[in-house]
Amino acid sequence: MSTFEPRIIAFCCYYCAYSAADLAGSMRLQYPASIRMIELPCSGKIEHNMLLTAFEEGADGVYVAGCMEGDCHYLKGNIRARKRVEYVKKLLDELGIGGDRLEMFNLSSAMGPRFAEIANEMTERIRALGPSPLNKAHSQTEKDGEDA
Amino acid sequence: MIVAEQKPLTEIAENIKDAQKVLVVGCGGCVTVCLSGGQKEVDILATSLRILRKKDGTPIDTATETLERQCDKEYVDKLAEKVQAADCVVSLACGVGVQYLAERYPDKVIIPAQNTKFIGGTTEHGIWEERCALCGECILAQTGGICPIIRCSKSILNGPCGGSQGGKCEVNPDTPCAWTLIYGQLKRQGREAALGEIFPVKDWSKARDGGPRKYVREDVLL
Ligand code: SF4
Ligand code: SF4
Repeated sequence: MSTFEPRIIAFCCYYCAYSAADLAGSMRLQYPASIRMIELPCSGKIEHNMLLTAFEEGADGVYVAGCMEGDCHYLKGNIRARKRVEYVKKLLDELGIGGDRLEMFNLSSAMGPRFAEIANEMTERIRALGPSPLNKAHSQTEKDGEDA
Repeated sequence: MIVAEQKPLTEIAENIKDAQKVLVVGCGGCVTVCLSGGQKEVDILATSLRILRKKDGTPIDTATETLERQCDKEYVDKLAEKVQAADCVVSLACGVGVQYLAERYPDKVIIPAQNTKFIGGTTEHGIWEERCALCGECILAQTGGICPIIRCSKSILNGPCGGSQGGKCEVNPDTPCAWTLIYGQLKRQGREAALGEIFPVKDWSKARDGGPRKYVREDVLL
Protein backbone atom coordinates (compact mmCIF):
# COMPACT_ATOMS: atom_id res chain seq x y z
CA MET A 1 0.00 0.00 0.00
CA SER A 2 2.97 2.33 0.54
CA THR A 3 3.42 2.69 -3.23
CA PHE A 4 -0.19 3.66 -3.74
CA GLU A 5 -0.50 7.03 -5.47
CA PRO A 6 -4.17 7.91 -5.52
CA ARG A 7 -5.82 9.51 -8.50
CA ILE A 8 -7.95 12.39 -7.30
CA ILE A 9 -10.22 14.55 -9.40
CA ALA A 10 -10.86 18.08 -8.15
CA PHE A 11 -13.78 19.90 -9.71
CA CYS A 12 -12.82 23.53 -9.13
CA CYS A 13 -14.91 26.64 -9.45
CA TYR A 14 -13.26 29.18 -11.75
CA TYR A 15 -13.86 32.06 -9.32
CA CYS A 16 -12.23 30.55 -6.24
CA ALA A 17 -10.47 27.19 -6.14
CA TYR A 18 -9.14 27.43 -9.68
CA SER A 19 -7.63 30.86 -9.01
CA ALA A 20 -6.44 29.70 -5.58
CA ALA A 21 -4.56 26.91 -7.36
CA ASP A 22 -2.89 29.53 -9.55
CA LEU A 23 -1.96 31.49 -6.47
CA ALA A 24 -0.60 28.38 -4.78
CA GLY A 25 1.51 27.91 -7.90
CA SER A 26 2.91 31.45 -7.89
CA MET A 27 3.60 31.11 -4.16
CA ARG A 28 5.57 27.98 -5.02
CA LEU A 29 3.52 25.92 -2.60
CA GLN A 30 3.83 22.19 -3.02
CA TYR A 31 0.75 20.07 -3.43
CA PRO A 32 0.53 16.43 -4.42
CA ALA A 33 0.71 15.39 -8.05
CA SER A 34 -2.25 13.09 -7.40
CA ILE A 35 -4.69 15.96 -7.97
CA ARG A 36 -6.20 16.41 -11.45
CA MET A 37 -8.15 19.63 -11.69
CA ILE A 38 -11.22 20.22 -13.79
CA GLU A 39 -12.38 23.79 -14.10
CA LEU A 40 -16.06 24.56 -13.68
CA PRO A 41 -17.68 27.95 -14.32
CA CYS A 42 -19.29 27.53 -10.87
CA SER A 43 -19.28 24.63 -8.41
CA GLY A 44 -23.06 24.54 -8.97
CA LYS A 45 -22.32 23.22 -12.46
CA ILE A 46 -21.45 19.86 -10.95
CA GLU A 47 -23.92 17.06 -11.67
CA HIS A 48 -24.46 13.83 -9.79
CA ASN A 49 -23.52 11.80 -12.81
CA MET A 50 -20.22 13.68 -13.35
CA LEU A 51 -19.13 12.70 -9.85
CA LEU A 52 -20.12 9.07 -10.37
CA THR A 53 -18.46 8.98 -13.78
CA ALA A 54 -15.18 10.20 -12.29
CA PHE A 55 -15.20 7.14 -10.02
CA GLU A 56 -16.29 4.84 -12.81
CA GLU A 57 -13.39 6.04 -14.93
CA GLY A 58 -10.77 5.41 -12.32
CA ALA A 59 -10.71 8.09 -9.64
CA ASP A 60 -9.85 6.94 -6.11
CA GLY A 61 -11.15 10.19 -4.68
CA VAL A 62 -13.09 13.21 -5.91
CA TYR A 63 -13.75 16.62 -4.48
CA VAL A 64 -15.62 19.72 -5.44
CA ALA A 65 -14.22 23.09 -4.42
CA GLY A 66 -16.47 26.13 -4.48
CA CYS A 67 -16.52 29.63 -3.05
CA MET A 68 -17.13 30.39 0.60
CA GLU A 69 -20.80 30.08 1.51
CA GLY A 70 -22.48 33.38 0.82
CA ASP A 71 -19.87 34.37 -1.78
CA CYS A 72 -21.01 32.37 -4.81
CA HIS A 73 -21.00 34.47 -7.99
CA TYR A 74 -24.24 32.77 -8.95
CA LEU A 75 -25.65 33.18 -5.44
CA LYS A 76 -26.39 29.55 -4.55
CA GLY A 77 -24.23 27.41 -6.80
CA ASN A 78 -21.98 26.26 -3.98
CA ILE A 79 -24.95 25.43 -1.72
CA ARG A 80 -26.44 23.30 -4.51
CA ALA A 81 -23.07 21.67 -5.14
CA ARG A 82 -22.81 20.71 -1.47
CA LYS A 83 -26.28 19.14 -1.53
CA ARG A 84 -25.41 17.12 -4.63
CA VAL A 85 -22.15 16.00 -3.07
CA GLU A 86 -24.03 14.87 0.05
CA TYR A 87 -26.48 12.93 -2.11
CA VAL A 88 -23.75 11.23 -4.12
CA LYS A 89 -21.85 10.36 -0.92
CA LYS A 90 -24.85 8.28 0.14
CA LEU A 91 -25.06 6.74 -3.29
CA LEU A 92 -21.35 5.82 -3.14
CA ASP A 93 -21.96 4.13 0.21
CA GLU A 94 -24.77 2.12 -1.37
CA LEU A 95 -22.52 1.22 -4.29
CA GLY A 96 -19.81 -0.02 -1.96
CA ILE A 97 -17.31 2.62 -3.15
CA GLY A 98 -17.59 4.65 0.05
CA GLY A 99 -18.93 8.16 0.51
CA ASP A 100 -15.69 9.19 2.28
CA ARG A 101 -13.96 9.27 -1.07
CA LEU A 102 -15.99 12.31 -2.06
CA GLU A 103 -15.90 15.71 -0.38
CA MET A 104 -16.99 19.31 -0.77
CA PHE A 105 -14.70 22.20 0.19
CA ASN A 106 -15.19 25.94 0.30
CA LEU A 107 -12.41 28.47 -0.18
CA SER A 108 -11.74 31.84 -1.76
CA SER A 109 -9.40 32.79 -4.61
CA ALA A 110 -7.07 34.42 -2.05
CA MET A 111 -6.51 31.13 -0.23
CA GLY A 112 -3.55 29.66 -2.08
CA PRO A 113 -2.17 27.92 1.03
CA ARG A 114 -5.62 26.51 1.84
CA PHE A 115 -5.80 25.08 -1.68
CA ALA A 116 -2.56 23.20 -1.11
CA GLU A 117 -3.76 22.11 2.33
CA ILE A 118 -7.01 20.68 0.90
CA ALA A 119 -5.04 18.84 -1.78
CA ASN A 120 -2.82 17.32 0.91
CA GLU A 121 -5.75 16.53 3.18
CA MET A 122 -7.63 14.70 0.44
CA THR A 123 -4.53 12.83 -0.72
CA GLU A 124 -3.84 11.65 2.82
CA ARG A 125 -7.45 10.60 3.29
CA ILE A 126 -7.52 8.59 0.08
CA ARG A 127 -4.12 7.05 0.76
CA ALA A 128 -5.47 5.84 4.08
CA LEU A 129 -8.60 4.44 2.41
CA GLY A 130 -6.57 2.71 -0.29
CA PRO A 131 -7.49 2.34 -3.95
CA SER A 132 -11.12 2.57 -4.97
CA PRO A 133 -12.74 -0.88 -5.07
CA LEU A 134 -13.04 -0.33 -8.83
CA ASN A 135 -9.26 0.08 -9.16
CA LYS A 136 -8.08 -2.64 -6.80
CA ALA A 137 -6.85 -4.89 -9.60
CA HIS A 138 -4.32 -2.44 -11.09
CA SER A 139 -3.55 -0.31 -8.07
CA GLN A 140 -0.20 -1.77 -7.11
CA THR A 141 1.48 -1.51 -10.48
CA GLU A 142 -0.13 1.48 -12.02
CA LYS A 143 1.79 4.73 -12.25
CA ASP A 144 0.27 7.64 -13.98
CA GLY A 145 2.70 9.62 -16.12
CA GLU A 146 0.71 12.83 -16.16
CA ASP A 147 2.25 15.99 -14.71
CA ALA A 148 0.44 17.88 -11.99
CA MET B 1 -48.68 14.47 -12.45
CA ILE B 2 -47.85 10.95 -11.40
CA VAL B 3 -45.29 10.98 -8.63
CA ALA B 4 -42.83 8.11 -8.36
CA GLU B 5 -39.82 7.41 -6.21
CA GLN B 6 -36.87 5.34 -7.32
CA LYS B 7 -36.54 1.88 -5.82
CA PRO B 8 -33.45 1.02 -3.77
CA LEU B 9 -30.49 0.26 -6.03
CA THR B 10 -30.02 -3.15 -4.48
CA GLU B 11 -33.52 -4.19 -5.54
CA ILE B 12 -32.97 -3.02 -9.12
CA ALA B 13 -29.53 -4.68 -9.23
CA GLU B 14 -30.96 -7.97 -7.93
CA ASN B 15 -33.57 -7.97 -10.69
CA ILE B 16 -30.98 -7.56 -13.45
CA LYS B 17 -28.35 -9.86 -12.00
CA ASP B 18 -28.34 -12.28 -14.94
CA ALA B 19 -28.15 -9.58 -17.61
CA GLN B 20 -25.06 -8.36 -19.44
CA LYS B 21 -26.64 -5.73 -21.64
CA VAL B 22 -29.11 -3.49 -19.92
CA LEU B 23 -31.27 -0.83 -21.51
CA VAL B 24 -32.34 1.91 -19.08
CA VAL B 25 -35.39 3.81 -20.32
CA GLY B 26 -36.59 7.09 -18.84
CA CYS B 27 -39.76 9.02 -19.46
CA GLY B 28 -40.02 12.69 -20.39
CA GLY B 29 -43.45 13.03 -18.76
CA CYS B 30 -44.49 13.10 -15.13
CA VAL B 31 -41.40 11.39 -13.74
CA THR B 32 -39.11 13.96 -15.35
CA VAL B 33 -41.04 16.68 -13.55
CA CYS B 34 -40.90 14.88 -10.21
CA LEU B 35 -37.16 14.35 -10.77
CA SER B 36 -37.17 10.59 -10.48
CA GLY B 37 -37.16 9.16 -13.99
CA GLY B 38 -36.00 11.67 -16.59
CA GLN B 39 -32.77 11.83 -18.58
CA LYS B 40 -30.66 12.85 -15.59
CA GLU B 41 -31.91 10.03 -13.42
CA VAL B 42 -31.47 7.58 -16.30
CA ASP B 43 -27.79 8.53 -16.55
CA ILE B 44 -27.26 8.30 -12.79
CA LEU B 45 -28.93 4.90 -12.60
CA ALA B 46 -27.02 3.53 -15.60
CA THR B 47 -23.69 4.71 -14.17
CA SER B 48 -24.58 3.31 -10.73
CA LEU B 49 -25.48 -0.10 -12.14
CA ARG B 50 -22.27 -0.22 -14.18
CA ILE B 51 -20.20 0.70 -11.11
CA LEU B 52 -21.93 -1.96 -8.98
CA ARG B 53 -21.34 -4.67 -11.53
CA LYS B 54 -17.79 -3.60 -12.32
CA LYS B 55 -17.03 -3.75 -8.61
CA ASP B 56 -18.53 -7.23 -8.40
CA GLY B 57 -16.40 -8.40 -11.32
CA THR B 58 -19.40 -8.95 -13.62
CA PRO B 59 -19.38 -5.78 -15.74
CA ILE B 60 -22.38 -4.84 -17.84
CA ASP B 61 -22.97 -2.68 -20.89
CA THR B 62 -25.73 -0.15 -20.62
CA ALA B 63 -27.69 1.74 -23.24
CA THR B 64 -30.01 4.58 -22.36
CA GLU B 65 -32.98 6.35 -23.87
CA THR B 66 -35.53 8.77 -22.54
CA LEU B 67 -38.81 8.69 -24.42
CA GLU B 68 -41.16 11.62 -24.73
CA ARG B 69 -43.67 9.46 -22.84
CA GLN B 70 -43.69 5.77 -22.04
CA CYS B 71 -47.48 5.58 -21.89
CA ASP B 72 -47.89 6.07 -25.65
CA LYS B 73 -47.39 3.23 -28.12
CA GLU B 74 -45.93 5.56 -30.77
CA TYR B 75 -42.99 6.44 -28.55
CA VAL B 76 -42.51 2.96 -27.17
CA ASP B 77 -42.32 1.61 -30.76
CA LYS B 78 -39.20 3.70 -31.37
CA LEU B 79 -37.27 1.60 -28.88
CA ALA B 80 -37.43 -1.62 -30.92
CA GLU B 81 -33.77 -1.72 -31.97
CA LYS B 82 -32.37 -0.91 -28.58
CA VAL B 83 -34.68 -3.39 -26.86
CA GLN B 84 -33.61 -6.05 -29.34
CA ALA B 85 -29.96 -5.52 -28.43
CA ALA B 86 -30.55 -5.69 -24.67
CA ASP B 87 -30.90 -8.68 -22.32
CA CYS B 88 -33.32 -6.77 -20.17
CA VAL B 89 -34.90 -3.35 -19.89
CA VAL B 90 -35.09 -1.20 -16.78
CA SER B 91 -37.88 1.36 -16.88
CA LEU B 92 -37.83 4.59 -14.91
CA ALA B 93 -41.40 5.49 -15.87
CA CYS B 94 -44.43 5.02 -13.66
CA GLY B 95 -46.18 1.66 -13.58
CA VAL B 96 -48.06 2.58 -16.75
CA GLY B 97 -44.85 3.07 -18.72
CA VAL B 98 -43.43 -0.22 -17.45
CA GLN B 99 -46.56 -2.05 -18.61
CA TYR B 100 -46.51 -0.37 -22.01
CA LEU B 101 -42.97 -1.63 -22.50
CA ALA B 102 -43.93 -5.10 -21.29
CA GLU B 103 -46.90 -5.25 -23.66
CA ARG B 104 -44.95 -4.03 -26.67
CA TYR B 105 -41.90 -6.24 -26.03
CA PRO B 106 -43.34 -9.43 -24.52
CA ASP B 107 -40.14 -11.44 -25.04
CA LYS B 108 -38.04 -9.12 -22.89
CA VAL B 109 -37.81 -8.95 -19.15
CA ILE B 110 -38.91 -5.45 -18.15
CA ILE B 111 -37.85 -4.31 -14.69
CA PRO B 112 -39.50 -1.40 -12.87
CA ALA B 113 -37.02 0.95 -11.24
CA GLN B 114 -39.68 3.06 -9.54
CA ASN B 115 -42.32 2.77 -6.92
CA THR B 116 -45.27 4.70 -8.33
CA LYS B 117 -46.69 6.57 -5.38
CA PHE B 118 -49.53 8.93 -6.14
CA ILE B 119 -50.86 11.71 -8.30
CA GLY B 120 -50.18 15.14 -7.00
CA GLY B 121 -48.07 18.20 -7.49
CA THR B 122 -44.97 20.09 -6.39
CA THR B 123 -45.58 22.16 -3.26
CA GLU B 124 -42.02 23.46 -3.21
CA HIS B 125 -38.89 22.47 -5.10
CA GLY B 126 -38.14 18.91 -3.98
CA ILE B 127 -41.47 18.28 -2.25
CA TRP B 128 -44.47 16.57 -3.85
CA GLU B 129 -47.87 16.03 -2.28
CA GLU B 130 -50.83 13.86 -3.13
CA ARG B 131 -53.91 15.71 -4.31
CA CYS B 132 -56.35 13.29 -5.97
CA ALA B 133 -57.39 9.70 -5.33
CA LEU B 134 -58.82 9.15 -8.83
CA CYS B 135 -62.22 8.44 -7.31
CA GLY B 136 -63.93 8.72 -10.71
CA GLU B 137 -66.55 11.29 -9.68
CA CYS B 138 -65.08 14.58 -8.64
CA ILE B 139 -66.79 16.55 -5.91
CA LEU B 140 -64.41 19.50 -5.77
CA ALA B 141 -67.24 21.87 -6.83
CA GLN B 142 -68.93 21.24 -3.49
CA THR B 143 -65.80 21.29 -1.37
CA GLY B 144 -64.18 24.56 -2.34
CA GLY B 145 -61.58 22.93 -4.56
CA ILE B 146 -60.14 20.88 -1.71
CA CYS B 147 -60.40 17.12 -2.01
CA PRO B 148 -61.68 15.41 1.13
CA ILE B 149 -61.12 11.96 -0.35
CA ILE B 150 -57.37 12.31 -0.42
CA ARG B 151 -56.61 15.19 1.90
CA CYS B 152 -58.79 14.00 4.76
CA SER B 153 -56.93 11.07 6.29
CA LYS B 154 -60.22 9.25 6.79
CA SER B 155 -61.71 10.30 3.43
CA ILE B 156 -64.90 11.33 5.15
CA LEU B 157 -67.52 13.32 3.27
CA ASN B 158 -69.19 15.03 6.19
CA GLY B 159 -66.25 16.27 8.19
CA PRO B 160 -64.52 17.29 10.20
CA CYS B 161 -64.28 14.31 12.54
CA GLY B 162 -63.86 14.73 16.28
CA GLY B 163 -60.11 14.51 16.00
CA SER B 164 -59.65 17.80 14.13
CA GLN B 165 -57.66 20.07 16.42
CA GLY B 166 -56.52 23.62 15.80
CA GLY B 167 -56.86 23.08 12.05
CA LYS B 168 -54.66 19.98 12.12
CA CYS B 169 -55.45 16.34 11.48
CA GLU B 170 -55.28 13.98 14.44
CA VAL B 171 -53.61 11.35 12.28
CA ASN B 172 -50.61 13.62 11.67
CA PRO B 173 -50.18 17.07 13.22
CA ASP B 174 -48.22 18.17 10.12
CA THR B 175 -51.28 17.59 7.95
CA PRO B 176 -53.88 20.34 7.79
CA CYS B 177 -57.40 19.09 8.47
CA ALA B 178 -59.00 18.98 5.01
CA TRP B 179 -62.39 19.83 6.44
CA THR B 180 -61.06 22.91 8.25
CA LEU B 181 -59.61 23.99 4.90
CA ILE B 182 -62.91 23.27 3.14
CA TYR B 183 -64.88 25.24 5.72
CA GLY B 184 -62.46 28.18 5.49
CA GLN B 185 -62.64 28.23 1.73
CA LEU B 186 -66.44 28.04 1.55
CA LYS B 187 -66.74 30.74 4.21
CA ARG B 188 -64.43 33.02 2.22
CA GLN B 189 -66.80 32.56 -0.70
CA GLY B 190 -69.91 33.00 1.43
CA ARG B 191 -70.97 29.42 0.70
CA GLU B 192 -70.48 27.83 4.12
CA ALA B 193 -74.22 27.31 4.60
CA ALA B 194 -73.97 24.56 1.96
CA LEU B 195 -72.13 22.46 4.51
CA GLY B 196 -75.47 22.10 6.34
CA GLU B 197 -76.47 19.66 3.65
CA ILE B 198 -75.42 16.08 4.24
CA PHE B 199 -73.26 14.56 1.53
CA PRO B 200 -74.91 11.36 0.34
CA VAL B 201 -72.94 8.11 0.42
CA LYS B 202 -70.40 8.24 -2.38
CA ASP B 203 -70.89 5.98 -5.38
CA TRP B 204 -67.65 4.03 -5.35
CA SER B 205 -68.61 2.02 -8.42
CA LYS B 206 -66.97 4.86 -10.38
CA ALA B 207 -63.70 4.12 -8.63
CA ARG B 208 -61.60 0.97 -8.43
CA ASP B 209 -64.14 -1.65 -7.41
CA GLY B 210 -65.04 -2.93 -10.88
CA GLY B 211 -61.61 -3.86 -12.22
CA PRO B 212 -59.49 -1.65 -14.48
CA ARG B 213 -61.35 1.36 -15.76
CA LYS B 214 -61.63 2.37 -19.38
CA TYR B 215 -62.51 5.65 -21.04
CA VAL B 216 -63.72 5.69 -24.61
CA ARG B 217 -64.34 8.62 -26.94
CA GLU B 218 -66.24 7.34 -29.94
CA ASP B 219 -65.66 10.51 -31.97
CA VAL B 220 -61.90 10.13 -32.03
CA LEU B 221 -61.71 6.38 -32.67
CA LEU B 222 -59.97 5.66 -35.97
S1 SF4 C 1 -45.32 6.86 -18.62
FE1 SF4 C 1 -46.07 7.51 -16.64
S2 SF4 C 1 -44.61 9.05 -16.02
FE2 SF4 C 1 -44.39 8.83 -18.21
S3 SF4 C 1 -45.79 10.41 -19.04
FE3 SF4 C 1 -46.87 8.47 -18.96
S4 SF4 C 1 -47.98 8.62 -17.04
FE4 SF4 C 1 -46.37 10.13 -16.91
S1 SF4 D 1 -63.00 14.19 -5.42
FE1 SF4 D 1 -62.20 12.39 -6.45
S2 SF4 D 1 -61.60 13.09 -8.53
FE2 SF4 D 1 -61.91 14.92 -7.22
S3 SF4 D 1 -59.85 15.39 -6.46
FE3 SF4 D 1 -60.85 14.09 -4.92
S4 SF4 D 1 -60.28 11.98 -5.44
FE4 SF4 D 1 -59.79 13.28 -7.20
